[in-house]
Amino acid sequence: MSSPHTLAQIIAEHEGREGPLLPILHDVQEEFGCVDENAEKAIAEALNLTRADVHGVVSFYHDFKPQADPRPEVQICRAEACKARGVEALIDDAEKAAGSRVKLTAVYCLGLCSAGPNARVGNRLHARLDGPSLARLIENA
Amino acid sequence: MTTIRISDDALARACGADDLAAAFARLGHEVQRTSSWGMHWLEPLVEIEGPDGFIGFGPATPDDIPAILDGTSPKAIGHVAMHPFIASQQRLTFARAGKSRPLSLEDYEAHGGWEGLRRARRIGPEQIVAEVLHSGLRGRGGAGFPAAIKWKTVAAAPTGQKYIVCNADEGDSGTFADRMMIEGDPFALIEGMAIAGEAVGATKGYVYLRSEYPDAIDKLSKAVRLCAHIVAPFECEVRVGAGAYVCGEETSLLNSLEGKRGEVRAKPPLPALKGLFGRPTVVNNVLTLCAVPHILTEGGADEYQALGIDRSKGTMPIQLAGNIRHGGLYETAFGITLRELVYDIGGGTASGRPVKAVQVGGPLGAYIHPDQFDIPFDYEAYAAADALIGHAGITVFDDTADMGAMARFAMEFCAVESCGKCTPCRIGSTRGVELIDRIRAGGRVLAGIELAPQMHNVPDKGRTQDDEIQLLEDLCETMKFGSLCALGGFTPYPVMSALRHWPEDFRK
Repeated sequence: MSSPHTLAQIIAEHEGREGPLLPILHDVQEEFGCVDENAEKAIAEALNLTRADVHGVVSFYHDFKPQADPRPEVQICRAEACKARGVEALIDDAEKAAGSRVKLTAVYCLGLCSAGPNARVGNRLHARLDGPSLARLIENA
Repeated sequence: MTTIRISDDALARACGADDLAAAFARLGHEVQRTSSWGMHWLEPLVEIEGPDGFIGFGPATPDDIPAILDGTSPKAIGHVAMHPFIASQQRLTFARAGKSRPLSLEDYEAHGGWEGLRRARRIGPEQIVAEVLHSGLRGRGGAGFPAAIKWKTVAAAPTGQKYIVCNADEGDSGTFADRMMIEGDPFALIEGMAIAGEAVGATKGYVYLRSEYPDAIDKLSKAVRLCAHIVAPFECEVRVGAGAYVCGEETSLLNSLEGKRGEVRAKPPLPALKGLFGRPTVVNNVLTLCAVPHILTEGGADEYQALGIDRSKGTMPIQLAGNIRHGGLYETAFGITLRELVYDIGGGTASGRPVKAVQVGGPLGAYIHPDQFDIPFDYEAYAAADALIGHAGITVFDDTADMGAMARFAMEFCAVESCGKCTPCRIGSTRGVELIDRIRAGGRVLAGIELAPQMHNVPDKGRTQDDEIQLLEDLCETMKFGSLCALGGFTPYPVMSALRHWPEDFRK
């Protein structure tokens, strides 16, 4: 649930910028873990957009979530270069290790394509993963 | 106390460079965090100052430290600059890679930084465009459009607010040159943008950087602040993408910057005339803009123009990725063959198995069969072979790869990432996934309601595998010619090339 006070603060910080919507949405997502209906409404009002416009943008981009998920997230790259290095064979065990405690998501490319399989937890990247190291990463997430 | 160099590139860090640097620092050594040389199989690469320069060791772990310090480590590779992987390259764009600290203005200046911008300001807009034209520089994002022509159009547009937009939405799998450039030499990008601004009369620049690159966002934001006084009155701002692959397409990127859904715009009008917020805009890739500072130095355009073949001039930072033994960044003049890149330089597959396929140009690039490995790295030669250079990422697959599955993934990826604006891409990709599934299942049998006697219009039998393949070919044709942008338009390349060269992977 996004607090109106903080929301207003975030919106105010971006006042006067050209094309402020994405930067605002990033900050809201970062602060609340999601961009919910309340936030969409407040942003629409502040930027003189319709709620439909804002919702259209929020739902277009993978990074913005409608609801916060309290679970830790591990992003695993499933793109071509990591496939070539065998990431697909690790997925079943990774899902077992994650269970319902950790959220596993597929990401298409972390740019470490010569050293896959790769994963990201928060802002930390991990390369040259194999079954055991990926399981450890998930357990510690 | 010895001076130690360890890269702070994201790949080196992901392989443990931070722990290694901390361990050296604890022992009282001075650790400099530099950019990466681009020899990724050796990361984390440690360089130690000795009597005759820096000696490299890699891939290093904290356990290797005692042996590295007393010189007995078997991981020694000698002088890094003399390593065959580095010595055989022609590095112009990546000239500073491995040699400088990314956020040190002092290092940047010492390695020729700002020379191009200073000279550009002396010679004026027309001469800048003339020199970029002379250099033969083409857009490095994939389309290969001559950079100077774009600049000329923007320069000739009526005065008023103009923009320089850098496309750093490097979403293609198998590519990482933009990331390495921004993390390793961020001032070069800002210098290139400032020069472009000088050439076309723009004072504001945006870098659209993808959110999957946290290190690059951090470094570039810092670099922008550090050099603001040098590039002024030009202003640069970093904007972060939000996980949409299609925003690498220039018009969808512009929409995203404006705060809209990243949907593709129809062209014309060209972004050069009506781009960001409807103003004349230069949209160039990171590598294009980073090639510019060198071109603008004294004699730089001549040097650039003299390299390469035919209409592909200069150098290309090629990225060796996937199942390859010696992966990393290899900048060289156009004209090199895939055979040289994959076997001589890359050392074949990392798994030691035979090479089955190579995908050049990211998820939208064709899968190339080893029989075709002699085509030279050149925009036109690739186009003639129904392939593309794209952003010059090369992803190697060994013989365990299932090309039918890869073709399916190409369609699936297009379905997930399509912006939804045009039908061939939005619907075609989903139909493509279904078709490939049916081909791999042996064709299509009648089922359900179709079998009811009342259904007189249903064909009396299903479709054979050959019928379905014919249908897939038709679909690819429609997507190729009917899509608005390269996402739907080029997805048929990996699909059709896989089908053409490895039909057995579809007919299991």
